[in-house]
Amino acid sequence: MDFFIGHYNYWIVIILMMVGLYTVISRGNLIKKIIGLNIFQVSVFFLYISLGAVEGGAAPIIAEGVKVYSNPLPHVLILTAIVVGVATTALALALVVRIKESYGTIEEDEIHNLDHSL
Amino acid sequence: MIDVLIDITLLAFLAITSIAILRMTNLFATVMLYGIFSLLSAGLFVVMDAPDVAFTEAAVGAGISTVLMLATLALVKRPQRPFYEEAPRTHRAWLPLVVVVVTGSALIYGTWDIPGFGAADAPAQTHVARYYIDNAMPETGVPNVVTAVLASYRGFDTLGEVTVIFTAAVAVLLLIGGRRSVKADKSKTQEKQDEA
Amino acid sequence: MRPNLILHVVAKFVIPLIILFALYVQFHGDFGPGGGFQAGVIFSAAFILYSLVFGLDRAEKIIPARWLRILAALGVVIYAGVGIESMILGGNYLDYSLLGSNQIAGQHLGILLVELGVGITVAAAMLILFFTFAGRGRS
Repeated sequence: MDFFIGHYNYWIVIILMMVGLYTVISRGNLIKKIIGLNIFQVSVFFLYISLGAVEGGAAPIIAEGVKVYSNPLPHVLILTAIVVGVATTALALALVVRIKESYGTIEEDEIHNLDHSL
Repeated sequence: MIDVLIDITLLAFLAITSIAILRMTNLFATVMLYGIFSLLSAGLFVVMDAPDVAFTEAAVGAGISTVLMLATLALVKRPQRPFYEEAPRTHRAWLPLVVVVVTGSALIYGTWDIPGFGAADAPAQTHVARYYIDNAMPETGVPNVVTAVLASYRGFDTLGEVTVIFTAAVAVLLLIGGRRSVKADKSKTQEKQDEA
Repeated sequence: MRPNLILHVVAKFVIPLIILFALYVQFHGDFGPGGGFQAGVIFSAAFILYSLVFGLDRAEKIIPARWLRILAALGVVIYAGVGIESMILGGNYLDYSLLGSNQIAGQHLGILLVELGVGITVAAAMLILFFTFAGRGRS
């Protein structure tokens, strides 16, 4: 039981990661691919935050009478990664908008056909 | 104990939501589910004692990125009904499934060696984290260790991140900020029809 | 846009509170959870809510796009400027200890300024992203 509780987080992280990866590989719609990438990204955030958690620890804000804190370093890394993630997602969405404007579709197969049917 | 229960429940919800996102073909519903996914993750970050991260995820994931995706959907929707439907898939994707299952099993096999969730003697907790928690207050006078590490100890890193955000904004402006050229409006499909 | 009374009233009530909360998160980030990244995002969320309820044109009248571009660059300049200032005072790049009379005061001032720069850039960048995507559909 202890082993299950101790590793449950990591298993769910791996499931999320694989669902994200599968979405990116198997779906042809570009928006769907970006959402898949985002799921993958969130799973990495969870991996970091899970590694930083400490049993019985408090949030890393120094206070009187608190002895155990969770690890602040993953929080810093992930905090910035989330904001950078949305900025890069916006960049990807902008590229999708441009693709839609010049090809008229956001389905990968149709774009491929348009490119090779001339 | 209650923490562990909330943790297990929310993580299960997350996994279910992600699979629902994968199976849903309506893009509008997918984006909405992604907003729910982000809100669930924000709740989980609070349970894992990371209020700063939860703050950011709630504002960014459930707020900004959902709005941006909806704005994009409005731009890329189909000209007639169904507006937001994915194209039906032409084949079953067996190879990706095999790749994903094999990779996933390898990763799960790897978790056997990771120290359990919340172990205080894990290598991640014993080196630089100890230093930050012990010295952040006397060295910077800032009780929030996350802020101290973010702005002071890892100042270079944050400068880089801010530059990345700035660059992304500039790149988006360059890509779709200007006026739409007349030629771009005419899609390749129409050009093909014209040629025919 | 079709005016919706409930949305308008609720938005007028909520938006000042969101902006107040963003400022609190920005300047209280040293002591509680918060900081420049969160504050910038919350701040931009207030304006995005405004433009969703009252329309893009009215929102762009409040913050013109030109200003947003200048603000986005200004945040990075403040951040990098703090580093250069600490170099001029004789320390290393981004070593805040020399900015104040003693190490604690200097670090505190440096962190406050740097977070301010982060907040300005993030808020402006998020608003640029939103206005660009929303404006593309209008033309």
